[in-house]
Amino acid sequence: MGFFEKLKAALKRTKEAFAKKMYELFSGRELNDEFYEELEDALISADVGFTATEQIIDEFRDECFKRKIKTPAEGKELLKRIMTEAIDYEIEPYSYPLVILVAGVNGVGKTTAIGKLAKYFKNKKKSVVLAAADTFRAAAAEQLEVWADRAGVRIIRHEEGSDPAAVVYDALASAKAKNTDVVLIDTAGRLQNKKNLMNELAKINKVVGREYPDCDYRTYIVIDATTGQNALQQVEAFDEIIDMDGIILNKLDGTAKGGVVFAISAERELPVVYVGVGEGIDDIEEFDAKAFIDALF
Amino acid sequence: MGAFSGLSERLSHIFSKLKDKGRLTELEVKQAMREIRIALLEADVNYVVVKNFISRVSEKAVGEGILKGLNPTQQVIKIVNDELVATMGGTFSKIEISPKPPTIILMCGLQGSGKTTMCGKLAVMLRKQGKNPLLVACDIYRPAAIKQLQVVGKNANVPVFEMGQVDVRKIAKEALKQAAANNNDVVIVDTAGRLHIDEQLMDEIKGLKELLNPTEILLVVDAMTGQDAVNVAQKFNEVMDVTGVVLTKLDCDTRGGAALSIREVTGKPIKLCGVGEKLSDVEVFHPERMASRILGMGDVLTLIEKAQNAYSEEEAKEMQRKMRERSFTLEDFLVQFEKMKDMGDLKQMVAMIPGLAGKIGGDVEIDEGRIDKMKAIIYSMTPSERQNPDGIKSSHKKRIAAGSGTTIQDVNSLLKQFYQTKEMMGRMANMGKRGFGGRLPF
Repeated sequence: MGFFEKLKAALKRTKEAFAKKMYELFSGRELNDEFYEELEDALISADVGFTATEQIIDEFRDECFKRKIKTPAEGKELLKRIMTEAIDYEIEPYSYPLVILVAGVNGVGKTTAIGKLAKYFKNKKKSVVLAAADTFRAAAAEQLEVWADRAGVRIIRHEEGSDPAAVVYDALASAKAKNTDVVLIDTAGRLQNKKNLMNELAKINKVVGREYPDCDYRTYIVIDATTGQNALQQVEAFDEIIDMDGIILNKLDGTAKGGVVFAISAERELPVVYVGVGEGIDDIEEFDAKAFIDALF
Repeated sequence: MGAFSGLSERLSHIFSKLKDKGRLTELEVKQAMREIRIALLEADVNYVVVKNFISRVSEKAVGEGILKGLNPTQQVIKIVNDELVATMGGTFSKIEISPKPPTIILMCGLQGSGKTTMCGKLAVMLRKQGKNPLLVACDIYRPAAIKQLQVVGKNANVPVFEMGQVDVRKIAKEALKQAAANNNDVVIVDTAGRLHIDEQLMDEIKGLKELLNPTEILLVVDAMTGQDAVNVAQKFNEVMDVTGVVLTKLDCDTRGGAALSIREVTGKPIKLCGVGEKLSDVEVFHPERMASRILGMGDVLTLIEKAQNAYSEEEAKEMQRKMRERSFTLEDFLVQFEKMKDMGDLKQMVAMIPGLAGKIGGDVEIDEGRIDKMKAIIYSMTPSERQNPDGIKSSHKKRIAAGSGTTIQDVNSLLKQFYQTKEMMGRMANMGKRGFGGRLPF
């Protein structure tokens, strides 16, 4: 199943509610205040956020005026294009050796995402080692170990409560010694306002830069699609500490629409790189803005 | 930052604009409502809930003759406040204890909402109340979930019952037997995170409910949840008929609008909230306090409770005197830091202080790493410098910086923080003298 089909299946229920609303909206007769009000409600209900919603609607309104678009039906493709462009980024292809650090607040699904990424790279015939740098949460390393088994990749872990930077150091050393293509670093969930945990993350980040300067290094933040506008603060805080390269948008298989990515994009240029669409090991896909929007409408 | 402080900043701002005027016009009420709407939406309150909320508030605002009122600002605030409290459920409610033990508590919720951690917190809380809880591991899906509960149980010093990955009803039945045999009067059942739309898993937990007939069925919800909170809560409530809601991760800087939404759509009370990473970090949810915080009126009661936990009575009296007389020194400041660590972060505290919420910027934050640095700086001062920081000249600062392995900037920022805190403490103490109860601080 390709991205589109899978996402569409995952978004099926979302579709039932959200797309139905959109469908009705765009079957209307004219672009009047009522239309814009309902569009605003629809976008806000998808967690797009007040500011980003206003931006999207303003742009849409202006373009409709310029192009003399009078009916919703004529405007539909235009709105889809505006929304696609808002979250569409060019992502530089990977080079190897590759190190990916996965961070995020508690409970967004970091460990699961790493498990899926391990399989994803394995499918691409890359060798993978996992670094269990979440030494804080009870049984986090055990959880990652199960994923390592499932994906058939190596894992470096220390005892619970040990220094996560040391785990990363060991994983990098191991990768260098064995010419491993990909190192995936799992980190402890941390709320963005917990200073010392954020500092710990900065330390891990520094270890990668120092120990493996010539690898392709990417830092991803995992965002739970059910999260509201707090995702903005999450991105901001993590970006400040370790300069994030992208987003993994997780749990898109629920009824949440993940519209907060529009809110994030309105604030800073941070692409969604992957989406998580289920709990199976293959339930991760490269993000495709156009397909994402198509699936929504 | 305390929960809702973003929202309280906004509302304080709106109301400070209103406050400056003697009377409100209808247009101004409308503007205020618009601002409240935006603030609530940005706080992730569900848009339908916001709509209802705003229409109730503006109806009352107009209906009660705001335009003729003597003090319209206070009236608007009172209406918004009352409505917030009403939406979040009036008075607070406790965890029910069954008159016929065991009290069975069934936890449910989405993946990653924090059920397992909350199980541990609940166990610790109930143990403090003299109960003898048993934790039951019914998350048979997530890798290492059972192990996680075992570790949590060990840290909480509470037994954990598990049977590996077998049918959850079988686990539950056996757990009840063990509870009876070991005199566990509370049984807390951890379950797998599940999507509300996953029919198979929802059937599973429904079966568990029917078998256990729990005293409490608690829906665990991440306070950072967005618009979808209503769908999740509605569906879980429909299937499980939950008895209450637990909000987790409220210690994060989320505005937590989900609290408003969930209560409004389910009608079920929010009973507890998770406010930190430690097993003791759980609080009873107080709607009226939360509403006060939203409105920037401060959460004085929580603040006082926190302070009571951190200070002994004599310490508190002494500190109060010093606060009032603004006579506390850098040495007291040191002690203060240690206490602050116990009380939670300063920003969170500031958000609770009436009239100060939203008025103090970001530079009062204190973290534990910096506390050590500050200690080093203060220890590098002479006793007289500690008693009288006004006398510290720049040549002294150079020496202090060298002695503590810091920079002059660090020393300056410590002193700045000291004066800020001193100022704040003075204001707090004076407010305390006037009494918190009577007048609204507007």
